[in-house]
Parts: sequence; structure tokens; C-alpha cells
Amino acid sequence: MFDDFFIRSLIAGIGIAIVTGPLGCLVIWRRLSYFGDTLSHSALLGVTLAYAFSINISLSVFIISGIVALTLLSLQKRTKLAGDSLLGLLAHSTLAIGLVLIGFLSSIRFDLMGLLFGDILAVTLEDIFIIWFGGLIILGILYYIWKSIFAATVNYDLAAAEGMKPDLSNFIFTLLLAGVIAISLKMIGALLITGLLLIPAATARSLSNNPFQMVILSILIGIVSVMIGLFSSLEFNTASGPSIIVAGLVLFILSLIPFKRSSALQR
Amino acid sequence: MEQKKLLVKLENAGVHRSSKWLVRGISFEINQGQIVTLIGPNGSGKTTTAKMILNILNADEGLVTGNANKMAYVPQKISIDWTMPLRVIDFMKLTSNLNNNQVNESLTMTGVDKLLYNQINSLSGGEFQRVLIARAIAKKPDLLVLDEPVQGVDFNGEIALYNLIKEISISLNCGILLISHDMHFVMSTTNHVICLNGHICCSGTPGSVVKNPEYIKLFGEHNSETLSYYQHNHDHSHNHDGSVAD
Repeated sequence: MFDDFFIRSLIAGIGIAIVTGPLGCLVIWRRLSYFGDTLSHSALLGVTLAYAFSINISLSVFIISGIVALTLLSLQKRTKLAGDSLLGLLAHSTLAIGLVLIGFLSSIRFDLMGLLFGDILAVTLEDIFIIWFGGLIILGILYYIWKSIFAATVNYDLAAAEGMKPDLSNFIFTLLLAGVIAISLKMIGALLITGLLLIPAATARSLSNNPFQMVILSILIGIVSVMIGLFSSLEFNTASGPSIIVAGLVLFILSLIPFKRSSALQR
Repeated sequence: MEQKKLLVKLENAGVHRSSKWLVRGISFEINQGQIVTLIGPNGSGKTTTAKMILNILNADEGLVTGNANKMAYVPQKISIDWTMPLRVIDFMKLTSNLNNNQVNESLTMTGVDKLLYNQINSLSGGEFQRVLIARAIAKKPDLLVLDEPVQGVDFNGEIALYNLIKEISISLNCGILLISHDMHFVMSTTNHVICLNGHICCSGTPGSVVKNPEYIKLFGEHNSETLSYYQHNHDHSHNHDGSVAD
């Protein structure tokens, strides 16, 4: 019944949802949604460079997003511009540089729509390997720094005073965010990755009353969004990225409907 | 005198921000079992000094030598974002791996053990303050830094919490740095008072500081008299119903 490519994209999509769940919670808690946008806009530049120098797309995206993220961290300490202005500055200038470079690479045929919005047809076995292997590394590192990054998210001063090394974990977290964008770019697309980070976590927020619960729920909701999105993408012949995000949005709207919560969830 | 372990030592330390010195030339030390209190007007650098000791801020001048194994902090201001679902029990375990007994024990000490599963955001200011203190003492630190720890706490609770802080300094044998406006507590418990106004105006035992001309210049003659009045008269405490306790 299912074509092979569909199974591949399902496996890839579920892998991505498992990683975006916990990272998405942190993005929401730390109010970093525009930061995620900036990184994913700069991902386009990474893709262009990958084509130009024929290197792996995920690797190139990770490097460029990582550089942009670290530039941002250092600019925040040096300039008097507000955080959101810096984010906009970096997001649009890297996006523009990426698009200008695409113009120069006229010899290579680009599927720009695929890069911006994701393409399930493009998921290869190699992509699945990158997503699951990269995803496991990201989750492993996140698990290792969780106590520190979580304490720093709740309160920087407390974390710093009580030996949790918040600067180090902030730095690592930023690189993990660049990593998740790198592995999910092909599947979800540069413009929509932040949506997959935010929407399942936002849905989980209204259903959970402790941080652990919110992380688990946002993973589950992410997986369900990916499955519904991919099925409808196949059914209605729509782009995979937007379909997944729309499925996530529907779940979010459903989560807002007030209903009597079970007492187990309240504890 | 018995030898107490030196926990932190500041030598001529200062913090420089946006082309001015927030504090400068700060030298003092905190030893095991000692309660050191910082007093001073708003903006005099009390919190900045505390943050230097806690390694949140680096000294731009001078030296801060830390010797404490475990520090705990009750910050003056803390706001938990509503986007984070966080219960008291999660908050208690934020920076250390406490078991539920340890969590319960210190929440009981500050009188908020019933709030274990409440959302942090649903607590009142005074309740949250008690949770903050409980969290700090649950870690059994050897240096405890308390920045206005009883703000928002009702009057009876304030006395109880100050007594608790005094007990903790003895039972844990830890050093305490306290930032407080409660001169009664400062007078009755503190070993060492440091009066701050961007620099150390004067320091010493509570009794000597109050008589210091620098102190009187900062806080006024009237305040200084009120303090000696307090010192002699407030020799009883109240039960929760307001009656006088023995």
C-alpha cells in the first residue's frame, strides 16, 4: 500500500519529532523562537555552500547555523542593539546572501521550494541515517547537560551561583539547535523548522504541569503531527513540511478546547 | 579562639559597568559559622557584592578567593516564566539531586510543606520566598547568600524565618552573607556588619557600626537611636495568634 519513499519519510519524520520535542520546550521556555527562525534562515546559505563545494548539506548547514548562532551570542554582549534587532539583522542578511549565491550558481538546478518547505520525495536512506544518528547524538548531549541548561533556563543567577555552569550549557544548547536544524532541513524546509520546534511544545504546555511531562508530551504530539501531516501530504499531494505544521496547528487548537482534565495529569 | 575555615575572601574587589564603578575597594571575609550582613541604601552595590562572591559577576579589579564547596543563593528578584510548568518539587531539585525526604524536611522548616505539588506561579510572594529559602538550605551549603530573604513575608513569619537562619548557621556550621533591612535581626544575630555605599563606609560589630559617624551620615541620627531602642526592648517573640511567647 505504501510506497517505499513514504515509509522512509515516516521514519525520518518521527526521528525529527523525537529530537524537536525537548529542544522545542527549551526554545519556548527560553523565548528563543526568533532565534530558531534566524538559524533556519541562515540554513539556506548553508545549503547553497553545500552545493557550491559539493559537501554534505547537513554538515554545511550545521556549520553555517553554528557560526551564525555564535556570532549572535558574541554580538549580544558587544553591541547596544536589542536582541530582536540583531536576530532580524542576521536572519535576513544570511537569507539574502544565500539567495544571491544561488543566483551565481546558475549551472546547478535548485529545487528552491523543496529547500524552503521540505520535500518527502527527497528523503534517502542516507538522510534517515543522518537524522537518527545525528538525532541520537543531539539527544545524548542534551541529556547530559539537561540539569544545567534547565537550571539556567529557570534562573541564570541561581544556576551560575550554584555551580551549574550556565554559560557553557547555553553555548552547547545553541549548537544543538543548529544541529537539529541541520538534520531536519531537507524534510521540513528552512522556513518551517521553527514551527515544528514550537507548535508541539506549545500544545504540550497547556496539557502538562511539570517540565518532564511537557517534554514527553511534545515528543508524542510531534510524532502524531508528523504522521498526520505525511499521510495527508500523500493523500492530497501537498508539500510535506507545511502539511506537518498544519497538522500540528490543528492539534494545538484542539488542546485549547477546555475539557475536564484527569486528576492524574494535575499532580 | 577556635580556627574556623575561611569560605570567601575579597581583597580590594570592584565591579565596573558602563564606565562607572558599581562597587570598588571591597575587602572582607566570611568564615565558617559567621553571619556577615551587608547594609546600605538602594544602589549601594549590595547585590553586586553578593554576585561577586557567588561567581555570577567577575571582579574587574582586586581578588575574590572562594573556598566554599557548596554555595546556595536566595536571590532578591526572580521571576519564573509562565511558559514553564514548574511545581515546587521540581524547583527544589533544580540544582541538586535531593530525595523527596530532604525536600519535605526543608519545606517543613520554612512552613510550606503543603505546597509541594503546587505550581510555582500560583504561589504568593511570601510563600515563594519561603520556598526559595527552603531550596537554598536543602542543599546544605557551606556558604549561604541571602539577598533580602524575607521580603513579602508576614511579620510573624519574618521572625520565624530569621530565627531559622540563625539556627541554620549553627546546625550546618555554614557561613552566611545576608543582605537585610531588618535592623533588629542584624543587631541581634550578626557577627559582622558592613555598611556599603559603593565602597565600604564602615564595618565591625553591629554595636560599633551604629555609632560610626559614617553610618549616621548615611542613615541619619534618628535611625541610629531607633536601633538602640530595638536592641534593648525587643526581647520576646510572638506566637501565630499574636500572644507573647516565652
